[in-house]
Amino acid sequence: MTATVVRKRSALTKGQLPKFAPYIVLAVALVVAAAIMALIGFNAFGWGIVAAILFAVGLVSWSGAVEGARKAKDKLATCLVVGAFLIALLPLISVIVTVLINGIPGLITPGFLGTSMNGVTGAFDNKAAEEGAPVLGGIYHALMGTIQITLLATVISVPVGLLTSIYLVEYGNDRPLARAITFFVDVMTGIPSIVAGLFAAAFFFAIVGPGTKTGAVAAVALSVLMIPVVVRSSEEMLKIVPNELREASYALGVRKWRTITKVVIPTAISGIASGVTLAIARVIGETAPILVTAGFATTINNNVFGGWMASLPTFIYTQILNPTSPSNPGPSDQRAWGAALVLIILVMLLNLGARLIARMFAPKTGR
Amino acid sequence: MTTNSLTTSQGAGRAGDKVFSGAAMAAGCLILAVLFGVALFLVVQAIPALTAPAADIQGGHGFFAYIAPIVVGTLIAAVIALVIATPVAIGVALFISHYAPRRLAAGLGYVVDLLAAIPSVVYGAWGAAFLAKEISPAYDWLATYLGWIPIFEGPASATGKTILTAGIVLSVMVLPIITSLSREIFLQTPKLHEEAALALGATRWEMIKMAVLPFGRPGIISAIMLGLGRALGETMAVALVLSSGVLTASLIQSGNQTIAAEIALNFPEASGLKVNTLIAAGLVLFVITLGVNMIARWIITRHKEFSGAN
Repeated sequence: MTATVVRKRSALTKGQLPKFAPYIVLAVALVVAAAIMALIGFNAFGWGIVAAILFAVGLVSWSGAVEGARKAKDKLATCLVVGAFLIALLPLISVIVTVLINGIPGLITPGFLGTSMNGVTGAFDNKAAEEGAPVLGGIYHALMGTIQITLLATVISVPVGLLTSIYLVEYGNDRPLARAITFFVDVMTGIPSIVAGLFAAAFFFAIVGPGTKTGAVAAVALSVLMIPVVVRSSEEMLKIVPNELREASYALGVRKWRTITKVVIPTAISGIASGVTLAIARVIGETAPILVTAGFATTINNNVFGGWMASLPTFIYTQILNPTSPSNPGPSDQRAWGAALVLIILVMLLNLGARLIARMFAPKTGR
Repeated sequence: MTTNSLTTSQGAGRAGDKVFSGAAMAAGCLILAVLFGVALFLVVQAIPALTAPAADIQGGHGFFAYIAPIVVGTLIAAVIALVIATPVAIGVALFISHYAPRRLAAGLGYVVDLLAAIPSVVYGAWGAAFLAKEISPAYDWLATYLGWIPIFEGPASATGKTILTAGIVLSVMVLPIITSLSREIFLQTPKLHEEAALALGATRWEMIKMAVLPFGRPGIISAIMLGLGRALGETMAVALVLSSGVLTASLIQSGNQTIAAEIALNFPEASGLKVNTLIAAGLVLFVITLGVNMIARWIITRHKEFSGAN
């Protein structure tokens, strides 16, 4: 009998799917899904979903038939995990595409970045929507407001946050106070942003007088959100400064505070700077705290300590929720999406900047 | 007179040390003071609403009749968000920590972090303009075929601006939080446990089930709690997406409201007692999220103590 000799497959790979099995199943799933979609009306999104389900079912049942239940379960888990990742990408892509498609017409409107909403009334928007006149108004006041409020918040948060992290790392020594601060800083990261806004509002209502709404109040609200982020990131950075550097400095007779300011901080400065940049990126998009603390303004206000102030997020919010012309919300939507695009670009630039800072100013290791 | 330069410099150094350590400690105490200040000022401004006669509060039945439905609405939105986000987030975390090629893993983690970088108001605008419109046919389908379940009772909202849409947007926003925390926990799984499981012939899934998930369980729970804290307090997604109304059981009709959105929508135009009422609502939200976050942090710190031995 020669039948047993002809058999080429090794006993070790017996009962396994061939390497190319997933590709075959994928191709079949895509074709079958396309056929199904052709019957009920084609759209790319549905095609992807049906193909993914067919692929998972096909691969798992084939594996179950050839390799047994354990391997099939493993394949199923792999399909689910990869599927979860692909599902998580969908909203990211969808948000970015939506903002780009809706935002670019607003952004390329002449004067969008250079003018405020001062004097832009519903009549102009009706004209723009009905007669095709150019869409007037822009985000200059909101952009300036965002920059000023965020800058003031940074000026408040960075010294407090940095000093706190220095206390925790250099002086804390796991004392009860240090442990309490660590715990409550963690808790503070979870404060809802609107509660931070209400706190700043309530604080200034009690100190200055009811109804106080200025850029400075908003900056205080943002600081409440920003300080814990700065503390956490600086603390991590100070912790990784090697102890040998501190000891070498002490051995030369240098005081502790000089050691911290001249040795520890310069070593960690790149990480601290990138952490601060990330913290700015986090608070620059906050809407709710500014909404309850700075009011709405349609004009340019360069004084953070007096008068209502606009900001990019609240500009987006009000333009969508209360269009300048209620009968023709089109121009308002266009401005809102343009502002959203500018805001996303700002946040992405800050994130990118944080990465660059971390890489460029990283302490040189070795010689 | 010549002063001894050594002693003066020493004196200055000692003073510098004192000033510096004092400033560092003061900054730390300031943070504690701010947190207590948050609670204190909210309480002070909330008291008038709590003590006011019931008829003066919006709705006319006192503060607790006003706050109860929106607390329930907040919980509904947060639960929807977590039910959707948790399985996806754990899947993504496993993908990045145990499935993706090692070289790609860091980059993929960064992509998920980008989700966290997008401002909440942009998510709100996206949910209102894109998601609500796209998803409303699905609501019609749910109302037609699953309408006998109370939460899918029809008629479905024609605009799609429902609590379920708001919950989906919230789930996108809490996804990166749960993902990044679980990912870190999964990466901390002792390598020897994983290798031992594989050496005994376990498949990758069995290894994850036997070594990674049991080790990461406290971390996953606290990550979910932190996501819950975020979902409870998130304002913009709900304020822009949901067309609010009275408390309703159906998730696919317009209706329901959350605390944060209620404050954001009403605070700018509020005056007098209404301001106090809204601040009291903020206090309720603060207490709920504080409780959730403290439990989560407590689980993490407890977990840290014994994981340090590995």
